[in-house]
Amino acid sequence: MKTSFSKTGMATILFSLVLAGCSSAPVDETSTDIEDTSVQTGQVDTSAIDDSAMESSADTVFYFDFDKALLKPESRAALLEHAASLSSNPRSVRLEGHADERGTREYNMALGERRANAVKEFLVLQGVSAGMIEVISYGEERAASYGSNDSAWALNRRVELK
Amino acid sequence: MLKPGKRLSLLLLLVVSSTAWSELIIRVTQGNDKPTIVAVSPIALNGIAVKEDIAAIVEADLQRSGLFRATPRRDMLAFPSRSSEVYYRDWRMLGTEYLVVGSMRAIDGGRYELEFSLLNVTAQKREFKHSVRGRASEMRDLAHLVSDKVYQAITGIKGAFSTRIAYVTATRNNGKFTYRLNVADADGAREKLMLESPEPIMSPSWAPNGKDLAYVSFETGRPAVFRQNLVTGARQQLTNFKGLNGAPSWSPDGSKMALVLSKDGNPEIYQLDLRTNRFSRLTRHFAIDTEPTWMPDGKHILFTSDRGGTPQIYKLNVASKATERLTFRGNYNARASLAPDGRTLALVHRESGVFHIASFDLKTRRLIELTETRLDESPTVAPNGAMLMYATKQGDRGVLAAVSLDAGVRYVLPARVGDVREPAWSPFLR
Repeated sequence: MKTSFSKTGMATILFSLVLAGCSSAPVDETSTDIEDTSVQTGQVDTSAIDDSAMESSADTVFYFDFDKALLKPESRAALLEHAASLSSNPRSVRLEGHADERGTREYNMALGERRANAVKEFLVLQGVSAGMIEVISYGEERAASYGSNDSAWALNRRVELK
Repeated sequence: MLKPGKRLSLLLLLVVSSTAWSELIIRVTQGNDKPTIVAVSPIALNGIAVKEDIAAIVEADLQRSGLFRATPRRDMLAFPSRSSEVYYRDWRMLGTEYLVVGSMRAIDGGRYELEFSLLNVTAQKREFKHSVRGRASEMRDLAHLVSDKVYQAITGIKGAFSTRIAYVTATRNNGKFTYRLNVADADGAREKLMLESPEPIMSPSWAPNGKDLAYVSFETGRPAVFRQNLVTGARQQLTNFKGLNGAPSWSPDGSKMALVLSKDGNPEIYQLDLRTNRFSRLTRHFAIDTEPTWMPDGKHILFTSDRGGTPQIYKLNVASKATERLTFRGNYNARASLAPDGRTLALVHRESGVFHIASFDLKTRRLIELTETRLDESPTVAPNGAMLMYATKQGDRGVLAAVSLDAGVRYVLPARVGDVREPAWSPFLR
């Protein structure tokens, strides 16, 4: 934006300061031109996202405590079943880590990843090939349950095996 | 303009408020104790058809700052449009301290000029006269420029009414998500869609030139950092690493970007040189390091880390990689946003299990809670440092709210549809 100044007059000290350096100006008369302020929308290339079907019938969602990434004892049986199935019949899987809405979004992205990594480490220790596991964190962006209460939050602190 | 025009103007105001403010409506919930009384006389249009009520936009701007109260239009005895038409005594009787008058005229090439003056009613003198020019589609820009000039003349602080905000909305219909990245004027009007996606969009960050935004999009099935030009809509994918690709933050000179990558196994702060496209790693710790934000000197970065056991704010020297912990009060201090003074931080702070926005003074190390609602996040400070905007919850819905850095002024911007989150206040655009 260009600002131009015309002539005469006295102004407050403030405006004298603002306009200092514009010699030919009438100290209190100024003008401003608007520049182009248009905004263009971008385009998403919506490549299909693969949600491959499950093979084992065991639970595929594992829950966590607030601000924690420790596997709970109750997740163990289902994870052992998945580990056995994936070891004997290898296929690529995706572990999606999630957080509840509390706390900041990018920190929750990190927390979701930490949870998914905890599941990955368990599976790898049980003999699943690390190369077949992809870890993705969604942080708090993909809630499973809506509502700002303990029960909704408990359902959202999770890792989904896909 | 004399009184008979009044009814028409009011009618116009109603039309404006129901159509032009498509997504966001503002309610000031708390204002300054002793606001300055300012009257904005309806602008003389001289036969020019203008959709917006410019004086009403200026009034709303000034009132939203919390530092001003507008003399109601219905109380005005006359609608002067130049200083020679003003009877100061009439305005003094209304308690008015400052009066804004102005008139519009057509100039060359389909453009218009709005000439306006700020009059000091107490001193019975003109503070200044200024003219702004723009096209018919830029009447709101003209109005915000009037607000900026008036605000600065009276408070001594540069006005930020001509700035913009970027934010993300999410809606869910029949289990299908739609994420949108929008840009709107700082008052929420003229919302423009920048990007729409069925996959999450996060962490918008303005380039210092005010013309580019960086953000995280999951459109490839994974998080990736993109940049997009507002004027052309052109987009560019900047990262495509395994793991987290997030939290972009432009350096003050716009040549570099700090961001988070977890390709090495856990989240670390990286610097991307936008001229060479080279990445360099800045942190080296097994804990979570995230949410980088540059200090104005371009030599230090603030970030969130849980290396001490809980998330706290740390300061990183980019050259030496030395880090220093800054926050100690409470077990959760995250996502710092720096005010333009380079000294005041806005951050997310948890006290007794509740998340607040707090300010933190880098010199005195004092932390002050600014908000009282629960689940407040994503603070972003206006480029003039007067207000900060943040995301909060009303019921189960995300809304944007603003609070002054002294906590004296608050307002909420509720959206009609969807969940609104992650506001990012633009730099000064002019």
